[in-house]
Amino acid sequence: MAIPTDGQQPEELVRVQDLVVHYPVRSGVFRRISAWIKAVDGVSFSIREGETLGLVGESGCGKSTVGRAMLRLKDPTGGKVMFNGVDILKLPTNELKPIRRNMQIVFQDPYSSLNPRKPVADAILAGLKIHKVGAIEERYPMVIDALQRVGLEEYYASRYPYEFSGGQRQRIGIARALVLRPKFIICDEPVSALDVSIQSQVLNLLRELQQELSLTYLFIAHNLSVVEHISQRVAVMYLGKIVELTGSQALFEEPLHPYTRALISAIPRPRPGNKRERIILSGEVPSPLNPPPGCHFHPRCPWADSHCAQADPPLREVRPGHWAACWKIEG
Amino acid sequence: MLSYILRRLLQAIPLLLILSLLLFTLVNLAPGGPLAGLSRTRRASTEKTEQLKQQFGLDKPLPLQYLIWLAGNDWMRVDLDGDGVKESYGTRRGILRGDFGFSYRTRQPVIEEIRHRVGNTMYLVSITLLVVALIAIPVGVLSAIKQYSTFDILATTLSFVGQAIPEFWLGLILIFIFYAWLENPLTGQPLLPVGGMYTVGAPFSLLDRTSHLVLPVIMGMVGWVAWYSRFLRSSMLDVIHQDYIRTARAKGLREWAVMFRHALKNALIPLVTLFALDFPYIFAGSLYVELIFAWPGMGRLYYDSAVRRDYPVMLALLIIGAGLILICNLLADIAYAALDPRVRYD
Amino acid sequence: MQTIEAINPQRSPKEAPGKKAGVGLTAIVWRRFRRHPGAIAGAIVLSIIVLSCTLAFLSPYDPYRSDITSRLEPPSLAHPFGTDQLGRDLLTRCLYGGRISLLVGALVVLVTLIIGVPVGALAGYLGGWVDDVLMRIIDAALSLPVLLILILLSAILREVELPAFERNNVVLIALVIGALSWMTVARLVRALFLTLREQEYVTAARALGASSLLIMSSEILPNSFGPIIVESTLEIGWAILEESGLSFLGFGIQPPTPSWGNLLNGAQEHIITHPWLAIFPGVMIFLTIISVNYIGDGLRDALDPYKVLKQIAEV
Repeated sequence: MAIPTDGQQPEELVRVQDLVVHYPVRSGVFRRISAWIKAVDGVSFSIREGETLGLVGESGCGKSTVGRAMLRLKDPTGGKVMFNGVDILKLPTNELKPIRRNMQIVFQDPYSSLNPRKPVADAILAGLKIHKVGAIEERYPMVIDALQRVGLEEYYASRYPYEFSGGQRQRIGIARALVLRPKFIICDEPVSALDVSIQSQVLNLLRELQQELSLTYLFIAHNLSVVEHISQRVAVMYLGKIVELTGSQALFEEPLHPYTRALISAIPRPRPGNKRERIILSGEVPSPLNPPPGCHFHPRCPWADSHCAQADPPLREVRPGHWAACWKIEG
Repeated sequence: MLSYILRRLLQAIPLLLILSLLLFTLVNLAPGGPLAGLSRTRRASTEKTEQLKQQFGLDKPLPLQYLIWLAGNDWMRVDLDGDGVKESYGTRRGILRGDFGFSYRTRQPVIEEIRHRVGNTMYLVSITLLVVALIAIPVGVLSAIKQYSTFDILATTLSFVGQAIPEFWLGLILIFIFYAWLENPLTGQPLLPVGGMYTVGAPFSLLDRTSHLVLPVIMGMVGWVAWYSRFLRSSMLDVIHQDYIRTARAKGLREWAVMFRHALKNALIPLVTLFALDFPYIFAGSLYVELIFAWPGMGRLYYDSAVRRDYPVMLALLIIGAGLILICNLLADIAYAALDPRVRYD
Repeated sequence: MQTIEAINPQRSPKEAPGKKAGVGLTAIVWRRFRRHPGAIAGAIVLSIIVLSCTLAFLSPYDPYRSDITSRLEPPSLAHPFGTDQLGRDLLTRCLYGGRISLLVGALVVLVTLIIGVPVGALAGYLGGWVDDVLMRIIDAALSLPVLLILILLSAILREVELPAFERNNVVLIALVIGALSWMTVARLVRALFLTLREQEYVTAARALGASSLLIMSSEILPNSFGPIIVESTLEIGWAILEESGLSFLGFGIQPPTPSWGNLLNGAQEHIITHPWLAIFPGVMIFLTIISVNYIGDGLRDALDPYKVLKQIAEV
């Protein structure tokens, strides 16, 4: 199936192809597999160097799982993850390790992503030690450099995580990801756990760092307006599949998939008096254990028909540079 | 739930078999061999040893011995009268059919030895457990209800003391106090008896039986009361601070109804499972009690057998002990699931 | 205080990272421990006992030489604990016996940690078939009645005539008792690793490329010290009790080498007429165990992570 790319330079850095992550459910006397939880059910996209791809969806749609599967923190059941042309899912551990330097991750929860028993410098130093970067005396200055880039002073290095606020801890997490000078960073809901006033600080920091260090981001979030702020392109996920993928401006101006349209219509806009049509979805998100047949969204879709209930629509390019998975869109 | 029970039972059987194999091998590979206990001197005449070996079937290869021990040899021909000719079927039926062989010491069937004593141990253990429950539960509950009161502090201190007292030492001290030191004001005789279950030769008397029970029960119960009262206290405290207890009070229920009808029921749940898990150890602990107070029970039997290297009896008791532990573990898990509706096994 | 300094930035001299590991947390734990009168009393009593046993060699009496003329004397100034049935000073024998019992207790805990921590860590962290197999082994080991097996093993080992198995080998007894008691520690460590491996800093370490071994030892283990320490402390008491019981039955340390347990055995036949023979060794066991229990209780409270964090937040 055609992978949504733009065909423009610069180079494609990361490509995910038909990624599948299924969890087995066992029951019965002999613990036979009775069902599968399809957390990620065939996801494909690519990211160019220097670009930020946003990945949005509700809780449980599988977006965090995609991020972790890409880093093999959760081994996928199938598919490919190409980094610089190499399928990292097939690599043995010793070959995977050097590639890890180039792919890092920033976590959502600032309170549990740092080891409470170690000074924060140790957390940042760990990566350098593992990959034996530089001579031993060179490493401490690199740690301080990373801290300063995220806006923290040198003497914070020997403090313990409990002495910092949430926003500061998130910065430390970013410093930890940065110190290895990766090319690609997955931001797994990095601001969702922060106060709104701190969110913008951290977002701006991420943008500055992207320009300074030529980083490529996959930005995972459930808040559309946050994603709009930082991404060039956005993919929308629902129940394990991508339902729409396009440039971020196009997504907000002309959402095509019914689910995206409902999401966008729900964003509060600071312009009272400018009423827009609220699309209210009926029903609850079905469980990934038992996805509906056909298009996964059809039970809640205001435009669904019998065909939608039978066949699962593929992700296709319905406008130039704009992909959507819906039978009802002309194009 | 049923599938869970079945799965556990299916797992328990091979486990028990492996354990029995392990113990059997251990005993038979021991230097001095399984007959070490028979000869007082290490140098029994070789001829006699050979004869004994044949008689007990110890000249056969080890796996075969294990098989015979397990399943008997009445389905194969053996040589019973020592003339080298295998003419008749064996007499052993194997432990799978309840035949644990013969004691080296008394030459009686092991099963008989055990059967004579099982009742006595059960008698002692059940009375002890009853007393433990009667004391530990009220003490624990009251400690929790009146947390940090004088009663609570006293009870907690006493429970620390009770857990630190070595059981066997307590027995000796009890003997000294109640037998040697204090006297029965009426008769001038020792206050309480310290040997056996009843006075030999005297007619049956409830008073007599009870007086023989007092010291052994005290010795056995102190440690357990200390442990359980403390556990119940913490379990009760956990429950009391839950929101639903506050709701019950807010509804207007009287305090005792809140405590006993709502809190206690939930606090007792972990106690039941703990009790089921501890039960086999209470049995093992009876060894000290039976030894010090000359109680004719299974613990005493094990000790006497160990001293004389009477391996068939020891093996039998060990297997029974292991089986008891496995069953009690399963019962504990089942009880836990049955009593606590939040717990589900698949 | 470190917390306030972090909020009011001031220049402080450059410190090498990692060298001050745990200082802030250790100080808080110690302060919490100090608030428990029982734990402090226990620590003092235990120190006295350990000290006196270590200094046993200062006693003017020989614990092994019998003196028929002073048999079974009640406690006096010359013999604070009295003398035993062979005329030996009981206090001296108690102190020498204490050495053995305390040593066995400490060795047993060491053995259980050496076996139990790796087993529990592997089972908890790796999960899967490793966990299944190890749990089966643990369950199997747990279904053996400890005291009965100890007696059996002791009876069997009695027959072996190699020099290494010579009768009062303290290490051997500790090994045997330890081999039957490591399972509680293993289960505890397994439960700890099972929960801790889901922490995000563990995932972060994996994302950095850390090996499983590095993660287990460097990330998870330091966070498990608290419960492991508490459990080990309480186990010392339990191990001493177990060894004493075994020696009391005649299956542990054999006379004439004194151990608190076998001193009680010797006291049994004289309990009615010469009770001090039983009282003193028993009191020593009792004091040791109750001190250890109070210390363990104080440690458990001091190391409680929720309360520690709450205290930090209050500062």
